Amino acid sequence: MKPVAQQMVESKKSLVVLVILGFVILPFLYSIDVLSIGQINMIGRYMTFAILALGLDLLWGYVGILSLCQCTFFCLGAYAMGMHLAHHGGPEGIIDANGWKLPACLFVVYPYDVGESSGDALVPFFWKPFWNLPLTILLGLLIPAICSFVLGYFVFRSRVRGVYFAILSQAIAVAGWLVFCRNDVKLCGTNGLTRFDVIAPAESLTTFHPEDAKDKWIESHDGDMGQDLNADGKLDQLDYSMAEVGFSLSEPNVQLSLYFLTLACLFGSFFLCKWIVNSRLGRVLIAIRDDESTLNFFGYKPHQYKIFAFCIAAALAGLAGMLYIPQMKIITPSNMEAVRSVLVVVWVAVGGRGTLRGAILGALTVNLLYNYLTSEHDYGFFSWSPDYWPIFLGIAFVLVVLYLPNGLIEVVDRFKARFGNNSNSNPIEKV
Amino acid sequence: MSAEVESGSTNSMAEQENTALKEYRNFLPSKIKKDIWSSKFLLFVENLSVSFDGFKAVDIPHFGIKHGELRVIIGPNGAGKTTFCDLVSGKTPPSTGKVYYDGKNITQMDESDIALRGIGRKFQTPTVFDSLSTYENLLLALPGNQDWQDNLLKRESEEEKYQILEILEKVNLSECRDIPAKSLSHGQRQWLAISALIISKPKLLLVDEPAAGLTDLETERTADLLMELAEDHTLVVIEHDMDFVRRLGQKVTVLNEGRVLAEGSLEEMETNEEVMEAYLGR
Repeated sequence: MKPVAQQMVESKKSLVVLVILGFVILPFLYSIDVLSIGQINMIGRYMTFAILALGLDLLWGYVGILSLCQCTFFCLGAYAMGMHLAHHGGPEGIIDANGWKLPACLFVVYPYDVGESSGDALVPFFWKPFWNLPLTILLGLLIPAICSFVLGYFVFRSRVRGVYFAILSQAIAVAGWLVFCRNDVKLCGTNGLTRFDVIAPAESLTTFHPEDAKDKWIESHDGDMGQDLNADGKLDQLDYSMAEVGFSLSEPNVQLSLYFLTLACLFGSFFLCKWIVNSRLGRVLIAIRDDESTLNFFGYKPHQYKIFAFCIAAALAGLAGMLYIPQMKIITPSNMEAVRSVLVVVWVAVGGRGTLRGAILGALTVNLLYNYLTSEHDYGFFSWSPDYWPIFLGIAFVLVVLYLPNGLIEVVDRFKARFGNNSNSNPIEKV
Repeated sequence: MSAEVESGSTNSMAEQENTALKEYRNFLPSKIKKDIWSSKFLLFVENLSVSFDGFKAVDIPHFGIKHGELRVIIGPNGAGKTTFCDLVSGKTPPSTGKVYYDGKNITQMDESDIALRGIGRKFQTPTVFDSLSTYENLLLALPGNQDWQDNLLKRESEEEKYQILEILEKVNLSECRDIPAKSLSHGQRQWLAISALIISKPKLLLVDEPAAGLTDLETERTADLLMELAEDHTLVVIEHDMDFVRRLGQKVTVLNEGRVLAEGSLEEMETNEEVMEAYLGR
């Protein structure tokens, strides 16, 4: 391990490069039309995956806990934000008996009881807190964290570890997927949450009920008959639901802002993880990976630390999910299938387990490759079919494990060691 | 005798104490006043036994370590020496019996709680954290920062830093301060494990085979280190190496098939026929 000061200098350099790349070069390329807004949007989505990978890397790379249910936490965050977006999702849907607007995506798959008609559909109680944006963000972080706390408390305290925990977490991922697929859970079943319209309308920041939001809107637009969209001479709920409030998710500028927001959150998560890893607690986490039982005999209770790391990883996954959904505009249970969580492990393994930069690199590289290689390419002598992708991923994974056991980040470090002015004798130990 | 002590509160403390020590064989802490024996014994076990699949690995009616004592436990392979340490340090729960430490029953406690009370342990194989540097290994061993909240915000104080450097100097590891423990030699790892034990400032040290795999010179130095420690700590040392035991020159307990076979100086043990039989298997 290098002295902390030197480490800081080294990672500062690569960090400055990344900041310039993310905040300056990519937006510049967009402004001169080299990149389309779709591509910026895609990179934004992949950066949410990088946040997800950071969480897993903290857990797997540092503490040695292989969690195969990170995508479940990701989806908990995504569904939280999804419900919020659906609440404010345009004029479709109906107003239920309590004055709540039943979102379009829930309305079309609403599980009616026998004898009920479409007028009897009600917005479920657990949808209601998500009307308010700050509360949504809080819940989007807290729900995954609380779930992971409960799980971790029982599992780590009874000293379930290693492969047994991995299997258990995989089972939880499957169970979560089955629950979210069910239509009568009122989370739109396999259709998922969709038909989003706007993000962050002013009313969603301050109100907790659509009636209040409507009143507020009418109050602020009173007398402005330009907002009387159905031209019946008065401002009412119908006008409010049709009015352009908030930022439309299809606006390129909104998408660009979401990209910047995601980038900022990625840096924030990186610094959070880095701070944790460089603190004394980070040393304990590594000690747990090395030899958990010995740590007991120094008076430590490893399960406390494992629960802590698990909660942080879950909250980061929730954050990633919340950022993902306004950019993807749909969330379905297929995002929480067991295989998705395994893919997160692949990103981290390919990028470099046990280095935070490696996790980000892996998530971005694999996903950008995925994006490129799942479309058809004709190279003249050889035409690439999207069907080859799983084979490619498998080969890449094997090659990385065989030749780059420390992941792609090793290539970066070797490159830096050869061409940079400081030689890294021990690239593995760096954060 | 126990009834006598319980009822006879008029007797002077000193007299009771003498009786208690004389009656070592019948001395059961659960039956007599705790302050008397805990002033004499730091560690005491009664009726301690553990079975693995019906095989009794340890079966000790009573056994005590006095404050400030250095006790060496020897015995042939499978005598239950390490299992005894496991029982005391909480790694293995006993099948029957109780372990008292400093006047408290610690039988049902977690390893970490026992460690926090002041029982330190070095394992047979040097257990160090491979990816952490020598310095960081000792940093984690420092007492008083075992809760996760402490660790997130606190950094080591200058005094703690000084302590670590001092002990590194003592065991000749100063130059290996920043290299990961996995690159240390076996002897260095042993010393690192012992240093970690020392720096955690336990009252009772359970040292399992400190000389295993060391060169003669290293063995000598380890013995000196332990003797130095014994000046202000209570130690239980498990060892195979007779030269090492002779060097320590302390009271020896011989375990065989999970039982205490004999107690006394090493010279006595070497002339004890039972002990020789157990060792040579005649």
